[in-house]
Amino acid sequence: MTTQSAVVSSLEPVEGRAVIHAGDYINKLSGEQIEHECKQKLDEGCKEIILNFADTEIVNSIGISILLGVIDSASNKGAKVVFSEMNETTVELFEMLGLTKHVTLA
Amino acid sequence: MAEHDHKLIHAFGALAELGQEITNKNNFQETIRTSLHLISGALGIMRGAVARFSRFGHELNMLAIRGLGDDFPLSLSLTLEDERQFLSCGLAPIDIPQAKVLPFFQVYDASFERRGLELFVPLVVRDEIVGAIFLGEKATGEAYTNYEKEIVCAMGQHIGVAIAQRNLMAEIERHADENRQLFDEMRSTYHDTVKAFAAAIDCKDKYTEGHSVRVGKFSEIIAMELGWGKDEVEGAAVAGYLHDVGKLTVERKIINAPYRINAKESKELNGHPGVGYEILQPIHHPYTDVPLAAKYHHERLDGRGYPDGLYDREIPYIAKIVTLADSFDAMTTDRPYKARRPAKEVVEDLQRNAGKQFAPEIVTAFLGGMLKELQGVDRTKRFRRLLGRDYMEAEGIVDTLKYTLNEMAPTTPMTYVAAAGQVIL
Repeated sequence: MTTQSAVVSSLEPVEGRAVIHAGDYINKLSGEQIEHECKQKLDEGCKEIILNFADTEIVNSIGISILLGVIDSASNKGAKVVFSEMNETTVELFEMLGLTKHVTLA
Repeated sequence: MAEHDHKLIHAFGALAELGQEITNKNNFQETIRTSLHLISGALGIMRGAVARFSRFGHELNMLAIRGLGDDFPLSLSLTLEDERQFLSCGLAPIDIPQAKVLPFFQVYDASFERRGLELFVPLVVRDEIVGAIFLGEKATGEAYTNYEKEIVCAMGQHIGVAIAQRNLMAEIERHADENRQLFDEMRSTYHDTVKAFAAAIDCKDKYTEGHSVRVGKFSEIIAMELGWGKDEVEGAAVAGYLHDVGKLTVERKIINAPYRINAKESKELNGHPGVGYEILQPIHHPYTDVPLAAKYHHERLDGRGYPDGLYDREIPYIAKIVTLADSFDAMTTDRPYKARRPAKEVVEDLQRNAGKQFAPEIVTAFLGGMLKELQGVDRTKRFRRLLGRDYMEAEGIVDTLKYTLNEMAPTTPMTYVAAAGQVIL
């Protein structure tokens, strides 16, 4: 991996749903951007957050912790979190650490 | 690869990042926040906190907190029994649901249970409690394994050292602050003492009243105009305040006798620089050369001064400054044998004696400072306060100063415009 893209794009909520695209490397910087986006969408009343990992190749420990925080915040607000388009490595990592138990996979 | 190996590699990655985070010179609060993320991310822990122990308040104060809600206490008290127990166990995780014996877990039981806290890790560094880690349930819902507890301990050690280091730094800063305060107080006491001495010297005679204080202030002005640093400027002021301390031993009637003093009286008066040196030399001054200024403030560049008849470079620089300040004050104040001389005449006298009695660059600096004030470039009114407004604003003084400064610095002339409009270069 040569780049550490922290680009997070977010679509407007459609019927209470928001799609957030994670970058290629989820670390502290990009993780906090995702967290910020999610918090904003939840505050706007979003009831379903879809985190798209199509571009994601690496998630470090801080990234995991931040994603757990997102899951917890969403759960406290009665919102659903969906993880989509993860590659095999990311699925394995999330399963190993229990993240997949709290989200819907797509 | 087995899941266990995966977990191990992932946890080691987090441990390596934690080491890097703690050795980096980041903001302490941010370091602790990141450390909590790293522990949580390493083992997939839903919530937790890191606290610092205050040995004064006997409490754990939260430094970083995640997922524990707004109602979780930010400060948790420990009893001496809790502290003893944590110290004897050292850095070892305690299963909260099984630790109901200690007062700490009884008092905060409801808060811990409500947030599902499972592990409590006292951070003990060099036999001292420095903080604690609180960890909630794992995202897998499984209990912590021994191997995971070992990882928590390893990461806790890093965090404990970071907190201990921060405490040490805070203590050093506190001591440094105390020292700075003490130093400032001592400095202030020193300056008050110096001023009291100056007043005592000046009390010897009504004609010399305020002389030492003014010489101190003129010396300060010269040092500032020469571009000296704050400490050196203060040192010059002190040298001026104390330059005549030797006069304390001279008979009052001799100091400003309105008649020509005889040889014996002259010997006594001329001995005051040496006596001043003897008085000041044993005192440890924060500034160097204060005794030398007293000893040599009557020396002249041409070697015709006293007590040692030194020549130019043999005279300490501080003494040259005080010499000018002393002579300037003598010329600009009324004496029993001589009335105050007009400013214009004094300026001309300084120029005439530059290179003979006074160091030319010191004269230039001093007169330059005076000109700046008269032209409004310097608004501190230092000269006006010491000499009086009328004296300073005597007719033609600005032109005299400009002309004199031109004469004394022929390589960098200022354009002198005379009153009649004639340009003289």
